[in-house]
Amino acid sequence: MSSYNNNTCYDEARRVAIFGGTHGNEMSGVTLVNLWVKNGTEIQRKSVETKAFITNPKAVEKCTRYVDTDLNRAFTPENLSAPEGHDLPYEVRRAQEINRIFGPKGSPDAYDVIFDLHNTTSNMGCTLILESSKDHFNLQMMNYIKKAIAPASCLVLLNEHPLLKYSTSRSVAKHPVGLEVGPQPQGVLRSNIFEAMRVILKHALDFIQLFNEGMEFPPCMVEVFRALERVDYPRDANGNIIAMVHPNLQDGDWEPLNPGDPLFQTFDGKTIHYQGSSTVYPTFINEAAYYEKQQAFVTTRRETLVASAIRKA
Amino acid sequence: MSACLKFDTKKAKEEGHQEEGSLTKTTKMDCVSLPPLSKFAICGGTHGNEMTGIHLLRHLQKHKVEKAGSVSITTVLSNPRAIDACKRYIDTDLNRCFTHTLLRTPITDSSPYELQRAHELNAIVGPKGSEEAVDLICDLHNTTANMGLCVIFNSTDLMALHIYKYIKSKITSVPVRAIDTREPISENYSLDSVGKYGFSFEVGPQPNGVLRADVFNVMKEAVDLTIEWIQQFNSGVTFDGGEAETYCPVNKVDYPRDPTTNEITAAIHPELQDNDFKPLQPGDPIFQSFAGETVKHEGKGLHPVFINECAYYEKRTAFILAEKITVTFPSICVKKDCGV
Repeated sequence: MSSYNNNTCYDEARRVAIFGGTHGNEMSGVTLVNLWVKNGTEIQRKSVETKAFITNPKAVEKCTRYVDTDLNRAFTPENLSAPEGHDLPYEVRRAQEINRIFGPKGSPDAYDVIFDLHNTTSNMGCTLILESSKDHFNLQMMNYIKKAIAPASCLVLLNEHPLLKYSTSRSVAKHPVGLEVGPQPQGVLRSNIFEAMRVILKHALDFIQLFNEGMEFPPCMVEVFRALERVDYPRDANGNIIAMVHPNLQDGDWEPLNPGDPLFQTFDGKTIHYQGSSTVYPTFINEAAYYEKQQAFVTTRRETLVASAIRKA
Repeated sequence: MSACLKFDTKKAKEEGHQEEGSLTKTTKMDCVSLPPLSKFAICGGTHGNEMTGIHLLRHLQKHKVEKAGSVSITTVLSNPRAIDACKRYIDTDLNRCFTHTLLRTPITDSSPYELQRAHELNAIVGPKGSEEAVDLICDLHNTTANMGLCVIFNSTDLMALHIYKYIKSKITSVPVRAIDTREPISENYSLDSVGKYGFSFEVGPQPNGVLRADVFNVMKEAVDLTIEWIQQFNSGVTFDGGEAETYCPVNKVDYPRDPTTNEITAAIHPELQDNDFKPLQPGDPIFQSFAGETVKHEGKGLHPVFINECAYYEKRTAFILAEKITVTFPSICVKKDCGV
């Protein structure tokens, strides 16, 4: 990446991967990638080598999130550099394998872009997940996608917080892009969710093609939701949950949560209110996989980022 | 329909009960009197990832709900290992293990976990078919399908039918419907067939592993109303019979599949998705293939249920087609001379 005449230059994005089945029960990505592995015409672009890839085949086979450990948390430096061996958890071995094929993470040989396809039980609609506010290539891509699918909505979640950030499978690439579409139950394939994900990928690949052909993208403003903190369920001394996401909050992803608003409802029907001092925008509300990660929802704050003009180096 | 009941088909004369003209034009049916219900079992976690029943039972256990008037209440977490793993089952679907044949087949250490557990549950709330069995079982389930509150039972079970009628008259926040399994008792494989009377509550939509407050509140209200009904029944209230609309499963429809790999090649069509119980006519779209083609319904106009239920992919079921049938049933009251 370099700057010239206020343009930020990036290398051509020649090698692109589409990951599905990072969580084996998130069916849109599994189905799309299986389709494209069989027939990749839809994802081909003239200037791009696109590879569709199932990251966690054992979990996909069992239709479970993971076998030993969450693959989408497994790409830590410790795991990637651990000596190989069969006593490593399955997903750690997979992470090392994926890092060999699509990385190494952090090196010039790593893939240019990886799209990682996910579903959520939360009512998040179409969400793009950004890991760095300084990745102007990704910011421009996300701006392009949002404009292309308007009036349908696609929001951007920025997860750059050092405590909330995690070592995702897509983080192997120079430009990691998470795609999260919901609500969809685990193990279920909903036609509308599947088609929405497909359309977003189409526009993403179109953007990359245009970029590789030399198109300059002028500076633009991108609205993002910056992740602030995770909020757990109220629990008793034994760690059992004692309240549920309140009906007023349930399905209210991206809607303002104001101080005093209902947050949780106990099994007895009592309301627990939000005690924070300012309005936040909650997301990942009542995601099935996050009960074990002590997360009822994540709070975010709205921000507008300025994406520099970009063009191919 | 005739009062064909599991136990005690003796009809008793009405005692001072005034008909309010609420019966249908078809028949004037005598009130059926039955012994009081003294043992009621509520089961949850029969599928370990259907969260509402699990948490509702824990809540009842925490508050030591063991008795309501003259009825004793037993709460049972049916599949503890599946609950711990937050999975539907460990080895095999527990809610398919309760036929007479399976309950009589001796189990060994190498038997599937759920078959062993079914025998244990049969000892706790059964034995099925015996006098010792609990009077009434209510089994709590969730579905990923948009089915509101369903009461699932065999319409020969007069208790279940009346409880359904009572709940339907009281719950207004979601649609309340009846699914009539018409399964003869010995072939009935579900846990709720172990008691003398029994039914299941199925509430959706809710993803596996998720606990929604609105779904919990509906299930809790339905269970509370059931307990209320039992107390009223035991204390001598006569519940009017009448007519009820029920949905009787006719056949299941599988997803289109690739003949070599068996993988599904289409998803439920957006126009069918979430439209459980709405009439499906020949020519209506049912699937959308991954290539974008529409597959249409052929055959009788029926009512689809369990549309896109997660657990049914492996049972080769995209949805179940049901026929809407109106059943007529008699009034019911407690048998007063029955000592308990």
